[in-house]
Amino acid sequence: MSDVALNENMPNDALPRTAPKRLLGPAAWARENLFSNWWSTAITLALGYLLIRYAVSFVDWAFVNAIWTVPYNAAGQPDTSACRDNKGVGACWAIIADKHRFILFGTYPYDEHWRPLLVCALFVGLYIVSAMRRFWNWRLAVIWAVTLTVIGILMWGGVFGLSFVPQERWGGLPITLILATFGLAFAFPLAILVALGRRSQLPAIKALCVLYVELIRGVPLISLLFMASVMFPLFLPEGINIDKLLRAQIAIILFAGAYLAEVVRGGLQALPKGQYEAADALGLSYWKKTGLIILPQALRLVIPPLVNTFIGFFKDTSLVLIIGIFDLLTAGKTALIEPQWQGFGVEVYITLGLIYFMFCFAMSQYSAGLEAEFNRHRRR
Amino acid sequence: MSAAETLTSAVKADAPPAILLERVNKWFGSLHVLRDVNLSVAQGERVVVCGPSGSGKSTLIRCINRLEEHQEGRISVDGIELSDDLKALDAIRREVGMVFQSFNLFPHLTILENCTLAPIWVRKMPKKEAEALAMEYLTRVRIPEQAGKYPGQLSGGQQQRVAIARALCMQPKIMLFDEPTSALDPEMIKEVLDTMVMLADTGMTMICVTHEMGFARQVADRVVFMDRGEIVEQGEPEAIFSNPQTDRLKLFLSQILRGH
Repeated sequence: MSDVALNENMPNDALPRTAPKRLLGPAAWARENLFSNWWSTAITLALGYLLIRYAVSFVDWAFVNAIWTVPYNAAGQPDTSACRDNKGVGACWAIIADKHRFILFGTYPYDEHWRPLLVCALFVGLYIVSAMRRFWNWRLAVIWAVTLTVIGILMWGGVFGLSFVPQERWGGLPITLILATFGLAFAFPLAILVALGRRSQLPAIKALCVLYVELIRGVPLISLLFMASVMFPLFLPEGINIDKLLRAQIAIILFAGAYLAEVVRGGLQALPKGQYEAADALGLSYWKKTGLIILPQALRLVIPPLVNTFIGFFKDTSLVLIIGIFDLLTAGKTALIEPQWQGFGVEVYITLGLIYFMFCFAMSQYSAGLEAEFNRHRRR
Repeated sequence: MSAAETLTSAVKADAPPAILLERVNKWFGSLHVLRDVNLSVAQGERVVVCGPSGSGKSTLIRCINRLEEHQEGRISVDGIELSDDLKALDAIRREVGMVFQSFNLFPHLTILENCTLAPIWVRKMPKKEAEALAMEYLTRVRIPEQAGKYPGQLSGGQQQRVAIARALCMQPKIMLFDEPTSALDPEMIKEVLDTMVMLADTGMTMICVTHEMGFARQVADRVVFMDRGEIVEQGEPEAIFSNPQTDRLKLFLSQILRGH
């Protein structure tokens, strides 16, 4: 056995040794990372001082000195003088207490607010169900179809004794969720088809997909929304009018589709050629190969940029304000127009930011979990 | 072709050839990679293709199930001619299994799923039946205990044996091996070669691109030597290795013998 003889000739220092000791615990961590030498200590202390100072003054402003309610006069108008005296010292959360229903639901008839509230709850429920992998089969398609129909009925009404609410009066969070959910639900399959088409060997299909992606990517979303809202109706024959929200929705789908298509194409290109060849050699047809071998792997590879794009588009839906659609952000801005509440924008924007953050953070957390689970097969 | 014809008749007297290539030509751009290749492989025959790198041997067997498209000449597999007809191609791919140099297992599927995928989706076999079949072949390549793992958790030799089992699960009539041991560590080569010898003993029609001369001597009915896109010499392994006729084959043999 020649390799045994080799081992005997090894020098002594190649014998197994114990691994260097690692100090554990928060104190050891702090000593190593925060106070390792004098300038590191100085920076730690300086930053610590600033951090604590601003955290304390923020807590003072947001909680300790904040005003949570204001009195109402006989006419039902809020008396905001207390808030105005307190400006700069404490937050005036009373504007949220007074205006939250307008911010969340816009100009939707006040007595019918339970309907958009239920719609928001349905959307959140839909997201949760869609996130669960045991629903990832034909049942999910049924759940989506049923939920979206119920959402349509609740928003529009006009049947089952619900009063009819025209689209112009919809607003707030439901609009944001509708635009984002329908937008991404339709843009994603579209993107997959376009990405596959761009790699097709049929020249006409390939050219069409390249043209679509480059054309849409070449213009800002705002100009697409303008086209959808102003120019598009000019081309329609008289008497035919497509809902403004639907037009904006289509513009968002087309826009998101082009961006997502490029993300998906990146995943397709990252797959080794051998995967295609192995699937071909086994006799799988194009669609079976794509559906069973290529896409499952390609999409896993691009989860991070995919979710990045999803989050971006969730927030980009707020651009519909320029064509007069009342999404969450626009509703918040409009709430500030009222004379009594002018000047309390910070409180409203913090609240809006928190709502956006909750949805986006949930998306990114979910994607991190998904990534970990999907990439299990790469671990040894 | 007389040597080949006598060999063919020795294997099976009157059956039509499993694979027939007639004056096949192929170019990559302006590079002429296959030049007037004629080859007839009888049913049950084991053919080893060897030659220096770039001689077109991989391209040759990849043309047989149309991973590469030939531009001139005719290829027919099991009596079906390869053409632009997708139905014919599907029929041929169902009958021809292939094992690649880099295994090409599907990393997102378990070993068992790798093996049952094609039987379920191409042969429309019920899942239970496909799984039983897969376990049978995994047992035959001696790794049934790995069925629940993912390819990334297996060694190279194990992965290549799974790839062989995956191809066999389609119950092909013909198996193509494209340098199946070239990407393996020396100690894993033997386990894959043993699997291939076992397969050869079942009477499977095999075309194998390999430099493993021991394997060629042990199982091949015929060795085909290719150089620069042409079949230069062919014959029984003993004749080819001990009594090469052309300078090119002599040079090649001296090089691989020096390498070993």
